Amino acid sequence: MKEIKILGTGCAGCKALYATVEKVVADLGVNVSLVKEEDIMNIMAYNVMTLPALVIDEKVVAKGKLSYDEVKALLTK
Amino acid sequence: MIQKFADWLIFDIFGLDSTSRLGGSINFFVYDSIKIIILLFGISIVMGIINAYFPIERLRNYLTTHKMYGFQYLLASVFGAITPFCSCSSIPLFIGFVKGGIPLGVTFAFLITSPLVNEVAVAMFLGTFGVKVTAIYVGCGILLGMIGGVLLGKMNLERYLSPWIIQMQKMQMEADDAYESNHLTFTQRLPGIIKDALGIVKGVSLYVIIGIAIGAGIHGYVPEGFFTEFMQKAGIFGVPASVIIAIPMYSNAAGIVPVIQVFVAKGIPLGTALSFMMSVVGLSLPEATMLKKVMTWKLIGIFFGTVALMIMMLGWTFNIILQ
Repeated sequence: MKEIKILGTGCAGCKALYATVEKVVADLGVNVSLVKEEDIMNIMAYNVMTLPALVIDEKVVAKGKLSYDEVKALLTK
Repeated sequence: MIQKFADWLIFDIFGLDSTSRLGGSINFFVYDSIKIIILLFGISIVMGIINAYFPIERLRNYLTTHKMYGFQYLLASVFGAITPFCSCSSIPLFIGFVKGGIPLGVTFAFLITSPLVNEVAVAMFLGTFGVKVTAIYVGCGILLGMIGGVLLGKMNLERYLSPWIIQMQKMQMEADDAYESNHLTFTQRLPGIIKDALGIVKGVSLYVIIGIAIGAGIHGYVPEGFFTEFMQKAGIFGVPASVIIAIPMYSNAAGIVPVIQVFVAKGIPLGTALSFMMSVVGLSLPEATMLKKVMTWKLIGIFFGTVALMIMMLGWTFNIILQ
């Protein structure tokens, strides 16, 4: 099972990304664990400088705003 | 062309009298709204393109690997100007810089200019005040970041960072920018850039339109020179007062410029207006609460105090020069 984390401190962009990922996961019907990581200390362990960021299996795969299709492509890869 | 369209729409289609107060105000409103939204879209695209080629990670790597003899303050400040500011990214940026071994002063230079000079502020100034004032604003924003960075760097403030940041500073940073190297062509990137630009326009256009509407209202109904006498009484205190009033105003920064422009037309000195705007966008309470996670209150106080003081000096200087 894939583990997906959305890194973000609770800003609008971060919430939007979480909603997009949630929708993609529901549409694909895949079994994943979806985690919202809002603690800045944990976020910084991923060495990112732009938020929000998308983490799949502990690896940062994308950052910034992402569209539905972009998230879908990343999840089905 | 936009003026012709506004004239045609208001006077020909809606049949308002071009010499009436209402007709004049609505015409001004339609013209300004269209002009500013087009500018905002255009500037957002230009900034998006620049950003696609100069990501912030590249600046960090450049600053950590090059000796720059003071030039790094200018570079950090200019980068701050072209990077889109989002308060949610300010903390990771700050930590990313500090962890990379970039001096605190240089980090502050970036942090000061980043909110001050952004695509929304530039488009609003260009649309309401014109090229000259916009150039002054952008130039001052970059200068302020540089001087502020140098000053704050000299104060040895590292000890006022939150303990866990100091801890992190000692740890070795591993390069993890592998996902950065996906080389997209310009045509592959453009749709995303246009989409982001549209997102920016959509996000602020409501504030912009409300601001222009208020501006247009004041424009038509407040007499010329209304504030002149008032500001003369305020004298030297006009600038600090405007800086303090501005700190809690943040979310409506885009809407404030058109109102300020009308205030200037009615007798508020330009230096005071510039101080006000810089304080609105550069010193915000949401940013202060974000920074609390990495700095002690004392450091936030020193940071905000220094920037506020510099903004005031700038306002006074301009009021003297332009008098």
